[in-house]
Amino acid sequence: MSVVEVTRRGEVTVRDLSKSFTLNGQRLNVLRDLQLDVQGGEALAIVGPSGCGKTTLLRVLAGLESPDRGEVLIDGHPVQGVGTERAIIFQEPRLLPWLKVLGNVSFGLQVRGTPRDSAEARARHYIRLVGLAEFEDAFPRQLSGGMAQRVGIARALTVQPEILLLDEPLGALDAMTKLTMQEELARIWREEKVTMILVTHDLEEAIYLADRVLVLPKEKGTVPRLIEVDLPRSRDRSDAHFVEMRRRLMAEFGLH
Amino acid sequence: MTFQTIDTSLGGSVEAPSGAALLRRGVAGAGRALRRYGLLFGFLAFWQIGSSLGWINPTVFPPLDKILAATWTGVVGGALLDDIAISLQRSGLAFAAAVGLGIPLGLFMGQIRAVEQALDPILQFFRQTSALALYPVFILLLGLGEASKVFVIFWATLFPILLATIGGVKEVDRKLIEMAATFGASRATIFRRVVLPASVPSIFVGLRLSATTALLLLIAAEMIGANKGLGFQVMNAQYNFQIPQMFAAILLLAVLGLSANAALVTLQRRLCRWADLSH
Repeated sequence: MSVVEVTRRGEVTVRDLSKSFTLNGQRLNVLRDLQLDVQGGEALAIVGPSGCGKTTLLRVLAGLESPDRGEVLIDGHPVQGVGTERAIIFQEPRLLPWLKVLGNVSFGLQVRGTPRDSAEARARHYIRLVGLAEFEDAFPRQLSGGMAQRVGIARALTVQPEILLLDEPLGALDAMTKLTMQEELARIWREEKVTMILVTHDLEEAIYLADRVLVLPKEKGTVPRLIEVDLPRSRDRSDAHFVEMRRRLMAEFGLH
Repeated sequence: MTFQTIDTSLGGSVEAPSGAALLRRGVAGAGRALRRYGLLFGFLAFWQIGSSLGWINPTVFPPLDKILAATWTGVVGGALLDDIAISLQRSGLAFAAAVGLGIPLGLFMGQIRAVEQALDPILQFFRQTSALALYPVFILLLGLGEASKVFVIFWATLFPILLATIGGVKEVDRKLIEMAATFGASRATIFRRVVLPASVPSIFVGLRLSATTALLLLIAAEMIGANKGLGFQVMNAQYNFQIPQMFAAILLLAVLGLSANAALVTLQRRLCRWADLSH
C-alpha cells in the first residue's frame, strides 16, 4: 500500500565529484572524480573504512555540503542545497525533545507549511508503519534508542521523499535491535518504493539491504568499486550465497 | 511485527488504592515531609522556645509568636500594606523591564555572532561593575525619586536574564538545527520551532536568578534612600528598636522571594514538561 506516486523516479547521478577538506593546514582529498548512477527505487549501500569520505558523499548528496568540483543530478536536475525530494535519517535520531512523537514525525511537513491536521494525519500513518502507534503521545526521553530511531525514520518517510539518505542509521543501536531494524528498513524500502542510499560500516547490513554496494577505498588513487548483490529478497543471513558475498566484500578490505 | 520490549509504564493502569495502602502512603508522605522540612521545623521550634526561656537574647531575637503578631498587625492593620505595594511596584517594574529587554536582546545576540562578539566585552564590564556602586551615579542622573531606585534594580536584574538567554540560544544543538534545515525549514521557522523552545529552560534559569537579584537590590536601594517600602521598614524599625516589626518586614521580604520563585517554578513546569525536572 504505497503512497508514493508511480511518476516519481528518484534517480541520482554523480558526475566528476571532488571534495577536499583542509585539516591542520593539510589538504585532504576525500573524494576525487567520483562517478555514480543510482536508478530510481534502487538500494545502494556505501561502505568503506573511516575517513574514506562516505559520510561526506552522503552530505553532498543531501545538499548539506557543496562539492569542490563536479555535480549531483537528481532526475536530471542539478542539486542546489537541501531539497524536498530528499530526506535524511541521521545516526542520532535528532528528535526535538519538547515535541511528542506525533509532533516530531509531523515536523517535516509542518515546517513546509502543511496544515497541522493533514500533517498529523499523514504522520500517524507512518508512526503505525514503524510500529509505534501506541507511543504517539510519548516524549522522546521516554523512548528507547531503537524506538527513537524509528521515530526519526517515520519523520523522514512522512515527507514522502523520492530519495532516502541514511547516515549509519543503526550504528548506535545494540546488536539485537539492529537486526530487527534492518528487517524493518528492508520492509519499508519494499513498501515505499523509494531510492535508498545507505552509509554503513557494517558489511552484513550492506549486503542485507542493498542492490549494489559502493566500496570507497582508503588509499588515494585506488578507484571506488561497485559490487552487485545478486541475492533474492528477502535475504537470509546464513544462506551460503550470503556468506560467500560477505567473504568477497571483506576481501575488498583485506579482511578474512 | 510485534515488539516485546515495549515500555509498559506509559500505558500501565492504576489500580484503586485500598484502605491499608492509603494509610501506608500517608505514613510514607509524612516521613518524606519530615525528612524535607524536619530541620526547618526544628530551627523554628528552637527559636521560639529558646527566646521564650531566655536561652537567646529575646530583645534581639523576639519569640516567633511576637514576630507573627507584628506581621499580622502590619498586614491586616494596613500599616505595612503601603510598603508592600511600593516594594512590589519597584521590583516588579524593574523585573518586567529587564525581562522585556533581556530576553529579546539575548535571543538576538545569541543568533547573530557578530553582534554578540561586539557587545560581549562591554556587557562583561558592566556586569562586573556592582550595581550598588553605580547607584550614586544613577541618583545623580535620575534624582532621589522612584526612577533611580527602579533603574538600579533593573540594571542588576538585566544581566542574569540576558546572559542566560544568550547562553541558551548559543547552546542549542546544531544537529537539531541542521535536521530542521534538511526538511526545508527557513531561518525564521528554525528560530521559532527549534531555537526558541530549546532555549526556554535556560531562560527560566535566568528568570529565577533575575527575580532573586531584583529583591536583593530592592532591599539595598530602599535601605539607602527611601521613606517607604519593606527594605526601608527593616532599617526604620531597627532605628526605633521595634525588633518584632523589623523581623515582620524581613519575613514579608522572604515570603515575597519564595512566592516569586514558586510562581516561576510552576510556570517552568508547565512550559518545560518535556525536560527532566529533577532539580
